[in-house]
Amino acid sequence: MATPIKTPGRVAAPGQGGVGDSPLRPDGTLKVAGEFAYSSDLWMDGMLWGATLRSPHPRARIVSIDIGPALATAGVHAVLTHEDVPGNKMFGLDETEDQPVLAIGEVRHQGEPIALVAADHPEIARRAMEKIAIEWEVLEPITDPRAVVADPERLKVQERGGITRHQPVRVGDVDAARAQAEVVVSGEYEVGIQDQAFLGPESGLAVPTEDGGLDMYVSTQWIHNDLMQIAPCLGLAEEQIHMTMAGVGGAFGGREDLSMQIHAGMLALHTGKPVKMSYNRYESFFGHVHRHPAQMRYEYGATKDGKLVYADVEIILDGGAYTSSTQNVTGNAASLGVGPYEIPNIKIDAWGVFTNNPPCGAMRGFGAVQACFAYESMMDKLAAACGITPVQARQRNAVSQGSKLATGQVITAPAPLAEMLARAEAMPLPPAADTTDIRNLPGGASQTTHGEGVVRGVGYGVGIKNICFSEGFDDYSTARVRLEVIGGEATALVHTAAAEVGQGLVTLKAQIARTELGIQRVTIAPADNTIDSAGSSSASRQSYMTGGAVKTASEAVRAELLAMARRKLGHRMDDRGADDLSVVGGKVVSRSAGVLASVEEVLGEDVIEETRKYHHRPTTGMDPVTGQGDSHTQLALCVHRAVVDVDVDLGLVKVVEMAAVQDVGKILNRLSLEGQIHGGSAQGLGLAVMEEIVVTGGLVRNPSFTDYLIPTILDMPPMRLDILENPDPDAPYGLRGAGEPPTLSSTPAVVAAIRDATGKALTRVPVRPEHIIA
Amino acid sequence: MDFLRPTTWEDALAAKAGQPDALPVQGGTDVMVEINFDLHRPAALLDLNPVRELAEWDVVDGRLRVGAGVPYVRLIEELGDRLPGLAQASRTVGSPQIRNRGTVGGNLGAASPAGDSHPPLIAGDAEIEVASAARGVRMIPATEFYTGVKRNALEPDELIRAFWTDPAPGPQYFSKIGTRNAMVIAVCSFAIALHPGRRRVGTGVGSAAPTPRRATAAEDFLSAELDWEGRGPLSISAAKEFGELVKRAASPIDDVRGTADYRRHALSVMARRTLTWAWNDYRDGAKAGKEAS
Repeated sequence: MATPIKTPGRVAAPGQGGVGDSPLRPDGTLKVAGEFAYSSDLWMDGMLWGATLRSPHPRARIVSIDIGPALATAGVHAVLTHEDVPGNKMFGLDETEDQPVLAIGEVRHQGEPIALVAADHPEIARRAMEKIAIEWEVLEPITDPRAVVADPERLKVQERGGITRHQPVRVGDVDAARAQAEVVVSGEYEVGIQDQAFLGPESGLAVPTEDGGLDMYVSTQWIHNDLMQIAPCLGLAEEQIHMTMAGVGGAFGGREDLSMQIHAGMLALHTGKPVKMSYNRYESFFGHVHRHPAQMRYEYGATKDGKLVYADVEIILDGGAYTSSTQNVTGNAASLGVGPYEIPNIKIDAWGVFTNNPPCGAMRGFGAVQACFAYESMMDKLAAACGITPVQARQRNAVSQGSKLATGQVITAPAPLAEMLARAEAMPLPPAADTTDIRNLPGGASQTTHGEGVVRGVGYGVGIKNICFSEGFDDYSTARVRLEVIGGEATALVHTAAAEVGQGLVTLKAQIARTELGIQRVTIAPADNTIDSAGSSSASRQSYMTGGAVKTASEAVRAELLAMARRKLGHRMDDRGADDLSVVGGKVVSRSAGVLASVEEVLGEDVIEETRKYHHRPTTGMDPVTGQGDSHTQLALCVHRAVVDVDVDLGLVKVVEMAAVQDVGKILNRLSLEGQIHGGSAQGLGLAVMEEIVVTGGLVRNPSFTDYLIPTILDMPPMRLDILENPDPDAPYGLRGAGEPPTLSSTPAVVAAIRDATGKALTRVPVRPEHIIA
Repeated sequence: MDFLRPTTWEDALAAKAGQPDALPVQGGTDVMVEINFDLHRPAALLDLNPVRELAEWDVVDGRLRVGAGVPYVRLIEELGDRLPGLAQASRTVGSPQIRNRGTVGGNLGAASPAGDSHPPLIAGDAEIEVASAARGVRMIPATEFYTGVKRNALEPDELIRAFWTDPAPGPQYFSKIGTRNAMVIAVCSFAIALHPGRRRVGTGVGSAAPTPRRATAAEDFLSAELDWEGRGPLSISAAKEFGELVKRAASPIDDVRGTADYRRHALSVMARRTLTWAWNDYRDGAKAGKEAS
């Protein structure tokens, strides 16, 4: 079978850059020029188009399905239901396997896949799909997560029940502390459903192979985890499926769960033809999980000076009908539920529950975002109650290196939170808005004010995020590095299965190979499953894990190169038996004898190839009763200061400036890093003031970019960044994962600034104009 | 689906007469989106882009006649001085790409209650020139053009040729609520136009009723209340009453973009503010005039 056109090829990374430089992305020009092949651009002659029939109801029984008229449509090659699933009929993340490949007798959320059609043309497929006749028995959806916590046995959405996970955290004696607290503050908070809003819709191509297997081109965050779920459902051995990463148009967690992969595979196996599936924007809103909405109740006690003495916390996360990542999201919400503050007595109950609301799972920040909005709102309340500033309230309780988290885990790496807060506070404030240009004002070009009703506010937010997978999971990564002379120049080929989702890993892998091998030319092989797992492009972990794997594999190649140099050049160890060779600027250099030879001369016709697996330090689970455990690999902090102008008469907001202080351990690529901080801050701003999937009775009311609003350039302000480099001794180059922390802290900072301007309580995000003028 | 591409206005009218269910398309920023989402499957598309005269504007006996195919970007650049209210509204339409393609003609054809160009057309007393092969030209006042949600006064064989309006005889403002600062559909919107010669105030209320509409009681109240001759200051109570009357002219709904209560409230604020800006401009204009003379 031929290779489809428009698949990612090998990309050569240009430029000088090693670790610490900011070389341009190898895929950057293609993306800017509109020439990069995303998964929706995949094409193969003779391919069929797949379409998915989805449930219009959040909860209903399927009395009957008639596929006859659809199948009889000219140009239709297959119409499949759950009866046609060749292998396991259920799949799911984390071995939960509670989600049907296609609905079996019942649907549990709006948009649940029911049947598949393959046809010559996408429009034929879509029309045939509409001819599938279903007789429904519509049921009352279960949509109140708090009711599920109260009565999980009665309000069971599926066999696993009403509660996905309940994770308590118990430290000290909250009741005793409550009696002694001089100041008590409490609040109830709510976070709406945020969407990842990636621009590249779910899409991919499945191509049958001559031996009965499949070649799959998919855009995902983790090839091997996809494969683990796809193969059993298709009744194939993993070895029968060759997975290649297609161009990914953003992910943000929304591609951790499968979307069209098994479906396209079923249609391809059934028809014997290549099958492409590509969702449109409307379908995409139903084609992936979202960020869990949360309902939270917090009570804090403190001394009158603002030193926290206890926290009593309840967090309810609505995961929708299937498990997805809810267990781990709930774990994060529990372990990070009070944030980066030292509190001697803690009682946290975090619940993940099943409902018939839209399915929720992974999104940038992963359970830490929701809690962060609540605990940061509480820190502002504490400050107000004690008559101290928001920065003082945070500094008086801030963790530092050696502090214990709520789980009892000691922060072993630097964590200079009090200093970071001081730095954020010390940054100069932006000048008053220039009202001669309405684009500087709330409402922007819509001209709702020329300055009337505009009040400025300033707010702070702090977030703490776990980096890498937690709770005992060994999310290793694998890298193969091959060094040889190609066209007279030493060239490294770096191969991993890691997903480039836009974050810049392809750039970084080349930087690391250049630094470790001392050469210029590096080629990045397409990600596929001919190499072992790289783990997920999630949890801000790829610089750490795949970066670590490329580093160790490159080090092994370098060691072999130097050994080869000694063999071929007859160079000896020095008298102490130490190796005085290194590779610098493409030359093998001896400390004592200077340049010995070029890398090309040493290699000649030889090829050096090494594969290494990289593991982070082991973590433990959380105790099911007390939540205690060393559950996290690495912890990362970000501090935001937001400055807003609010039109208090109309409830419209202009974020004037965001300043961020983030400790990244080591700056590997400043350009990419700043992009991550800007982007994470923008996503947090979106949650603060506009982004929400609005749901009524289990039905989504705004599945489009017309009504699901994400920030534009007129909403996202300029940023001041202060990036610290306090290295983590456990991590490669001392780095600290950076993609998620700013997503946490920007939301509460923006809301705190709006509160500062308006005096309103604002206990729910996104903040709507109605809330501000209420 | 047939695709009709007449190159002259006469051929376009003939095509529409021959196939009245053909959907006219200009910039395509609305029509093509709906087709992509399969919300409509018209029997035919009538592409008016090749009809070059639709993309022209002209001054006829002191009035502006603006072709239905003039894109927003040209309204802003070429007519911003003479139609400031419409230009302000045009600036709020979508993104630069949308403003390069989208047209007032298309906005009128779609007749969405949220269309940004409607309130300034109503406030400016615009008339819509429509035509058919059988009956020729007829002029429809903007206030009578919108007949329901996404419905207008066109007969099936008619096409929109142009809109007519006077160059602004006085200050004009447009204001729109959206929950982000650009590229947003109106939660509600408001336009005001002062007609000092007639001592009238024009208004247009958008996205707060099944159709764009004028706030007649507010206009009547204010036209009588303002000190046109002496150009005296605007009383706070008059501005407030005007806002109240604009608010009462609306009959908004709760939807995913905002609540009815918020829309009413926002309309009263926008009415008050735009009136203040317009009246201050009018007063400043008098001062500037005196200084110049």
